[in-house]
Amino acid sequence: MDIVYSVLDTLLPFEWAGHMFMKNALLAVLLVTPLFGLLSTMVVSNRMAFFSDSLGHGAFTGIAIGALVGLVSPLVSLIIFSVVFALLITWISNRAKASTDTIIGVFSSMAIALGLMLMTHGGSFNKYSAYLVGDILSVTPDELLGLLVVGGLVVLAWGLLFNRLLILSINASFARSRGISVMLTEGLFASLLAVVVSISIQWVGILIINALLVLPAAAARNIANSVKEYHVASVGISLLSGITGLILAYELGMAAGATIVVVASVLFFLTLAISSRRRR
Amino acid sequence: MFKNIMHHRAASADDCAKLCCTKIEHFGVKAGRLTILDDVNIHIHCGQLTAIIGPNGAGKSTLLRSILGEIPHSGSLHYADAKGKHTGHPVIGYVPQYLRFDLSAPTSVCDIFMACLTNKPVWLWPSKSLRPRIEKSLDRVHAAHLIDRRLGALSGGELQRVLLALALDPMPDLLLLDEPVSGVDQNGLELFYEIVAELREEEDMAIILISHDLNMVARHADQVVLLDHHVVTSGTPDEVFADERTREIFGMLAGVSAEAEARSGQDYVATDVAKGE
Repeated sequence: MDIVYSVLDTLLPFEWAGHMFMKNALLAVLLVTPLFGLLSTMVVSNRMAFFSDSLGHGAFTGIAIGALVGLVSPLVSLIIFSVVFALLITWISNRAKASTDTIIGVFSSMAIALGLMLMTHGGSFNKYSAYLVGDILSVTPDELLGLLVVGGLVVLAWGLLFNRLLILSINASFARSRGISVMLTEGLFASLLAVVVSISIQWVGILIINALLVLPAAAARNIANSVKEYHVASVGISLLSGITGLILAYELGMAAGATIVVVASVLFFLTLAISSRRRR
Repeated sequence: MFKNIMHHRAASADDCAKLCCTKIEHFGVKAGRLTILDDVNIHIHCGQLTAIIGPNGAGKSTLLRSILGEIPHSGSLHYADAKGKHTGHPVIGYVPQYLRFDLSAPTSVCDIFMACLTNKPVWLWPSKSLRPRIEKSLDRVHAAHLIDRRLGALSGGELQRVLLALALDPMPDLLLLDEPVSGVDQNGLELFYEIVAELREEEDMAIILISHDLNMVARHADQVVLLDHHVVTSGTPDEVFADERTREIFGMLAGVSAEAEARSGQDYVATDVAKGE
């Protein structure tokens, strides 16, 4: 860890980089935003923005249950709950006749209400409010290591899963004719999203986590023409807004997560302007 | 052309003993209390184009999707190759009717081919070595020039041809085509049928086509199945179009049926094929 810090010191001789918490936050941003960039490509292509939003709401209940039960660490119970929640939505919306939107809406509202119920139990809501906004400056070196491991696993899983997801995004029956199990592929993608959301929710915050799963790819598709360009642009935009947002937040004294999202939105409108000029 | 006529004359309910063929036996699909398909039996020979026609909501797309195994169904699908050995489930190629994908998605024709042909993640290492194979596949459907286009930028007919090329790699035993109701212009439709006719000639595969264009069916199909939850009637295009029940279902819409009735079978096929060329 010390080596990494000294490298950062040489590379970034700035005032903001002098603080330990800023170094950790920067490393966290470098590790986590590419993951959002990757996953966001398929969230947007498969029109799952509403689904990923509900994962944030599900996390609300997950946190509350984790705190109440207290058998395992809060993070582990949050991850387990989120994965189960994501799989349940995927499974039911594949079987039920009601539209996917409705099913997600039902689950999402249920989760947020249940979470509120449990959290306000005994009038102790305040201790949870940190999760609403999130705080990336609170990240610890241990968590950074965990993040590195999870990040590696997510990239690996993305390598194995992506081609199937791409075929599935064209047409479910077509995917079936190529021997792809729709349920398995969707379930794995949903679990992957759930894991990344639950791990990063304490730093990014429930209110804005979905923005990071939508904005990078939404901006990237304005300028990309192939899958590879799409990924490069999405990860690039995600990283750029993460770093810029963090520094801006420090200089202006604002919440880092929110600033990152605002930068990403600005990038979205920039790419939109570029694409509409190009297509004219 | 003579071969064409021979095809049309081949008895469609022939026994499967000697030829490579696919048998759909007693297919049934229920959705709740509603019966969508009831005891559907169809025999398809390789090298034959079987067209499935029928009114809206007759269960045509459901039939294709249950052949794919996507929809739970009763009954069974048997496939036997030319030697009469059962090879179990045939390799199926499928061209879907509806594509609900996002038109602005930055996926190129080449990307989707690579995703289908390899396990190498397209976003990381698009494998350059596949390009000649993809070009060859696309060339078969007269679409080689579309390789770097975005899927969303293709016209209805171009997209249909690209999907056909995808369904043909690897070469299937059974090809299922669900023709779009709209979005493909007349030229595109004719080109599509020409390619399918070429395929039938060159590759020994069975083709099942859901069609909404009775003229095209009359011109190209070897066997026609009129489906309305069950098989109403089946046979050569002339037999089916001359049938009372076909006219009942399609009403006056099918100018074909009157035409077919007016002429003797062989004449009709011959002139119509000549017209097509």
